Parts: sequence; C-alpha cells; structure tokens
Amino acid sequence: MSSLSAHVARDAKISIVGVGKNFNVSGRDLVAIEKIDLDIGKNEFVSIVGTSGCGKSTLLNMVGGLDEPTFGDILIDGRPVNGPGRDRGFVFQTYSLFEWMTVEGNIRFALEKSAFSKAEKTELVAHFVHAVGLSGFEKAFPKQLSGGMRQRVAIARALVYKPSILLMDEPFGALDAQTRGMMQELLLQIWDDHKVTVLFVTHDVDEAIFLADRVVVLASRPGRIKKVMPIELERPRSFEVLTDPKFAVYKREILADIREETLKLMAMEHS
Amino acid sequence: MTDQARDRGKRARKRKGLLRLRQDIPDGVFSAAGIAIPVVLFLLWWAVTALELVRPLFLPSPWSVLEEGWRQLTEGILFADASVSIYRILIGWLAATVVAVPIGILMGNYKLIEGLLEPLISTVRYMPVVALIPLSILWAGIGDGQKILILFLGTFFQQALMIMDNVKNIDLNLIRAGQTLGFTNNEILRRIILPAALPGIWDTFRITIGWTWTYLVVAELVAANAGLGRRIMDAQRYLSTDTILFGTLFIGLLGLLTDYLFKRGGRSLFKWSSQTR
Repeated sequence: MSSLSAHVARDAKISIVGVGKNFNVSGRDLVAIEKIDLDIGKNEFVSIVGTSGCGKSTLLNMVGGLDEPTFGDILIDGRPVNGPGRDRGFVFQTYSLFEWMTVEGNIRFALEKSAFSKAEKTELVAHFVHAVGLSGFEKAFPKQLSGGMRQRVAIARALVYKPSILLMDEPFGALDAQTRGMMQELLLQIWDDHKVTVLFVTHDVDEAIFLADRVVVLASRPGRIKKVMPIELERPRSFEVLTDPKFAVYKREILADIREETLKLMAMEHS
Repeated sequence: MTDQARDRGKRARKRKGLLRLRQDIPDGVFSAAGIAIPVVLFLLWWAVTALELVRPLFLPSPWSVLEEGWRQLTEGILFADASVSIYRILIGWLAATVVAVPIGILMGNYKLIEGLLEPLISTVRYMPVVALIPLSILWAGIGDGQKILILFLGTFFQQALMIMDNVKNIDLNLIRAGQTLGFTNNEILRRIILPAALPGIWDTFRITIGWTWTYLVVAELVAANAGLGRRIMDAQRYLSTDTILFGTLFIGLLGLLTDYLFKRGGRSLFKWSSQTR
C-alpha cells in the first residue's frame, strides 16, 4: 500500500488557506508570499523546497505561530493558529540547544509545561534519549557533542512532549553529507514509531524526495506554490531508494522546476 | 644530508612555525613571549638609569622605585591606600553593575526601551568624566560618595550598552524554542535569555572593571586623603617620580590581578559555554 492514499483519505491536520505575507522593508511593502493554499494530512510527511527567498521558512514560522500571516488563515485540526503552542514541535537549523543544560536537561526542560507525572517524565526523557541514539550521553553538555548529535537532542526536545506536528527548518543543512544521510534515516524511523505530521523545509532536493509523502515546490518573488508532487516510493525507505529509477524521475522534474525559478530570479536581478 | 644541514632545516621550520597566520604555538612560548617585552623594557629602564643617561627626576631607577614600594609596604601606607581604593572600586563598579544589568537586559529585549535610552546613553558615554568633577562635588560632597559617583559615571554608560549587546547576541531561535515549548515571556527572559547571555555579560564585567580601575586617579583627584590615586597626585606636588611610577605600576598590577580573577571565575562558572575564552 502506498502511504499516500492512507494520508489523503483523512481530514487535513494542517490547512493553509489563502495565506499571504508582506514584509515592510524600509517603508515599502514587499510581498514575501502571495497566496498559498495547502492541506496536510494527519501523519503526513511534507517537504517544502524552493529557491532562497521563496518564503519557505516564513511559511513554516507561520504554521509554528512564530510569525503571523498578513492575510489568510492557518488551521490546525480546524482551529486557527494563534501563536506558538505545544501541539507543535520546532527544530531549527542552528540546533538552538540550551548550552547550560545537559542532554537530559534539555529534553526534560521541554516537558516542564506538560501534565505528565514526574515518573512519566523521567521515562519519556529516557525513551527519547534512546530513540535518537544518545544513550550514554545523558549527562553530556551540547558543547561536547558533534553537530549530528546536537540535532538529535533538538529532535528529542521537539518530540518529547508529544506534539502532533513536527516543524523542521533545514534541520540537517549544517551537517556533512554522511551524517545527513544517517539523520534522514533516523528521522524516518522516529516518524514511523511516533506518528506525527511533519512539515520539513529544505533546499536539498534529494532529501526532500527521500523523506516525504509529498514535495511542495515553491516559486519565488512572490512566494507561491509551483507544484505539489506526490512521492510514491515504498516505505520503509532506506538509502537504496536514492538509486531507484522513480527517484530519478522525481528529482529531474523538481530540479527542472527549481532551475526555472532560479533563472527567472537571476533575470529579475539583472533587469 | 649532513646533520648540520638537517639542524638548519629544523630551525628554519621552527622559526616559520611561530609566525603562521592564526596558528597555535606551544603554551610555553606564548607565556614566555608575554614576559619577554616587560623584561626587555625593565632591562632598558635599568640600563638607562644605571648609565645615568637621564636625570633621576625624569626617570628614577628601578631600585629607587622598588625601594619606594618597600617603604610604603613597611610603613603600612600601601595597605591603607590599597584597601581604600579597592573599596571604592568595588562599590563604584557594583553600583554601576547593579543598574546596568537590568537596564542593559531590558534594552536588549525591548525595542521601545532601547529607543528610549540608547540615544541618551550613547551621548553621555562620550562626555569626559573629569569635567564632571565639580558637579559631582556639588551633588555628592567631598566624601567617599563623590569618588564612587565618579567611578559609577565612568563605568555605567559603557557597561549598559555592552550588556545590551550581550543580550542581543544570543541566538534568536533559543527564544523561539522557548515559545514553542510553552514558556511565558517572563520565564523565557529569566530561564533562557539570561543564562544564554551570562557568559557574555561576565566578559563585560571583566572589561568594565578594568575601566573602573583606570578612573581611580580621576576619582581621587579631589579631597581625598588616602588611596592609590591620591598618593600619585600628592607625589606630583613634590615631583617624587619614584612614588608616581610605583603607584602607577601597582594600580596596573591590581588591574591585572582583577582581570585574572574574572577570567578564572568565568572559566569555571561557564564550563558549558562553547565560546572559547
């Protein structure tokens, strides 16, 4: 069974309805996002790709409640987003760990506003330390960890309080290629075990296809949806998928779209 | 290849090794380098005075300066002066810090408060503190309060702006992480922004207390009857250049010690910090 059909059949977990965003740059209104409509199913994994400045991070921030749309609505489970909330976990490219806390401390800090009992919290922390493969590093400080390990802490911190949505802003962008590959597989594993809806922003087309049920390609200036491409590759996926002929077809099409956008952008900059 | 040639090659490599861009050198060499210049200067000083190239009035010999130091130490003047001055430095710096920390933190976090205070503070910090001595006497009298006020004025304005920058320099995503985890603004301020900015703020402490030291002589310029700065100003009247030199060097030494203590303190307090210091 392709996972796609299972997802689309259900109601939308996240509804982005006619969302636009203007930025005021030195007194001039700049249209960052023109109008985006997108429904994301429960437990679906959606990647967003596009050239720089297409508003993909802005869109993610708005779903996260860290930024407000200028017009349109973002609904989660049918209710409009009003600021950040514990139904969503956020992972940033910069790791953004609390350096003065240990691995365990960072993850536990995320549970402070949860209603779990003390024993449950301890168990949850231990579970997620294990899930992201950091057993034995509980007492380490972020400074002592590699980039990949830091991002694992950040993922554990974003999931430990059981949000139903995980928002990821180029989370593996700062990692080397080998580590990135391992982290992608780890993420799919965690996504499979914990059942969350993932919105994943990246500029790495391979990464977007490898992870997602659907890849959303954004056009830039102003940001809008250029294409939504369902990825019908068998799950569970491992690195072997990368050499699947179907993978190459997806990749070629998305790369062509992005290239077209980049050329348009360059023409705009030259005129 | 002869041994000699190999030796030469090794030496050449070694010499080159000490002057490569941004490369680490052995710790021993680094420390020795720091001592080398003072030692050379000291030898130069000693040679110039021993050969009587200048009159002792213009440059007293190292021995007469050390003698002067010994005299002050044995007569108990040094201890009395130092304790009065250290007290003023500590109170002046602490007073500035107690006000600058909250104001700097508020300025770093709230644009409105930055807008309200930044132009004022930026202007005042360029005003010469020495020029404020007459006013400081009118406002605070001629007691310790006036000295402390001068030290406060010399420290506070720079410090507030630096702490504002320390707070602004933290990763914005730390705050966003706090928001997504459901913490209130107040909690984010106390439990995320403050600890994240603390290593930077500590560095500001270290730098600003150095500035407080440099204002000591200015602070003790008027109506002081004890203090390291006062001693120097008194010596000026009698042209006791040995007292002036000793006092100046001693203030430098205490400054160095303060700096060292802050560095050590910071290193053990913020072991977790990824910023190297």
